Amino acid sequence: MNVTTALTVTGIPTLARGVRLRHDEARGQWVLLAPERVLNPDPVAVEILKKVDGVRSIDTIVDELASTFIVERERVATDVDAFLAGLVEKGMIEVKPATIGDAAS
Amino acid sequence: MNVVAQPLAEPLVRPAPPAPYGMLAELTHRCPLQCPYCSNPVELDRRNVELDTETWLRVFEEAARLGVLQVHLSGGEPTARRDLEQMIRHCVEVGLYTNLITAGVGVTPERLQAISDAGIDHVQLSFQGASPEVTDKVSNFRGAHERKLAVAREVRRLGLPLTINSVVHRANIHQIPDFIELALSLDAKRIEIAHSQYYGWALRNRRALMPTREQVFWALDVVEEARVRLKGKLTIDAVVPDYYARYPKPCMNGWGRQSLNVTPSGKVLPCHAAETIPNLDFWNVREHSLSDVWLNSPAFNAFRGTDWMPELCRSCERKEIDWGGCRCQAMAIAGDAAATDPACHKSPLHAHMLALAEADAASGEVEYDYRRYSGPDRAN
Repeated sequence: MNVTTALTVTGIPTLARGVRLRHDEARGQWVLLAPERVLNPDPVAVEILKKVDGVRSIDTIVDELASTFIVERERVATDVDAFLAGLVEKGMIEVKPATIGDAAS
Repeated sequence: MNVVAQPLAEPLVRPAPPAPYGMLAELTHRCPLQCPYCSNPVELDRRNVELDTETWLRVFEEAARLGVLQVHLSGGEPTARRDLEQMIRHCVEVGLYTNLITAGVGVTPERLQAISDAGIDHVQLSFQGASPEVTDKVSNFRGAHERKLAVAREVRRLGLPLTINSVVHRANIHQIPDFIELALSLDAKRIEIAHSQYYGWALRNRRALMPTREQVFWALDVVEEARVRLKGKLTIDAVVPDYYARYPKPCMNGWGRQSLNVTPSGKVLPCHAAETIPNLDFWNVREHSLSDVWLNSPAFNAFRGTDWMPELCRSCERKEIDWGGCRCQAMAIAGDAAATDPACHKSPLHAHMLALAEADAASGEVEYDYRRYSGPDRAN
């Protein structure tokens, strides 16, 4: 998917109310649950989603993933942005500004 | 069925079916509304046969353990149960994604606050029309529309995700664009546009409900156009009309394949309308664990997979796309639950089904046989 608008990297992503990430014991997999939807995130998506906690900024998430998996930071940044932007478009993730009054847009 | 007469080709040990994803919990059949297409059975369960709180809590726990991920608390009107909040808290505790399906009549802001505090994940609110006149007429409840609007606003004020549920038929199919506008104006992120499905009450009211072929195809176009236009803004899920279709709907995505229903009195069904099929043995959660029912009950195994199919379906390349269509519809139209769904163009009864729809659509019938308890001591 071609997402043209990049998210603000200082923004803090959070799962929207009504969206839940949980481990599905019966099937041995992670699932993202939303209204009338059960999504199966791939292993990379799961690692990103586990860090979407309403505290970490996108920048922090990218830093952590880049160091954990020893991948070029720029590539991680692109992947995370594309993935989160897709979920923002679906209304499943909201990105809050880092501080009140942050004028970045 | 005589077990001895089973052909030898029948596997001695059936492979265990995959776990269900969803469970519809019909907490009660009591409801202030009287919609003529209600998916509840014609013979409604009365309050005195409803499962008690403790049993429901056990069922939710068993559901979670079985692999159910999403539970839909429905009815009747689920808020008629005073123990609803307790059930929601329990569902959340055992890890179930919890969805409330309500008519939104008689639900106070205080009650909604309590439901939200209990941890509900998502609210689905029905609208019988996109205007007060239509909603009130179809639900046979004066003032229903205004009450629903108030509930929708309250749900959003609480920050809960909202879906608008609309069932469309001849009296409101022209309002589909208005239903979509209504959903947008109420800040719903999702709308269900479900064409009435003709079982139980709706079958009884088919003459008054059936739209014309032109209306149905117009509706499909309108929905498709809106889907593209509102992508990212509003999710539109449609339940397709099948009387004018070429292929049957993959009813429940296959019998006993992904979901189950528990009725107010504890019967476990593969779908809403399964009780319209005679001689199926439905087990009850009072006597069986949910997992036992899912794996072993004769009703669930009756039409599971593809072995039960008539040759016409078994040799079809779409057998695992359509799953043979709908068993209840085969029962209703062909008089045989194991027949090919007459909605399929390959069915010998396909033309007959189309003729039924066309005749009903042209009937001009406007009187409904409203959904209500039968007998002298009406519970509602």
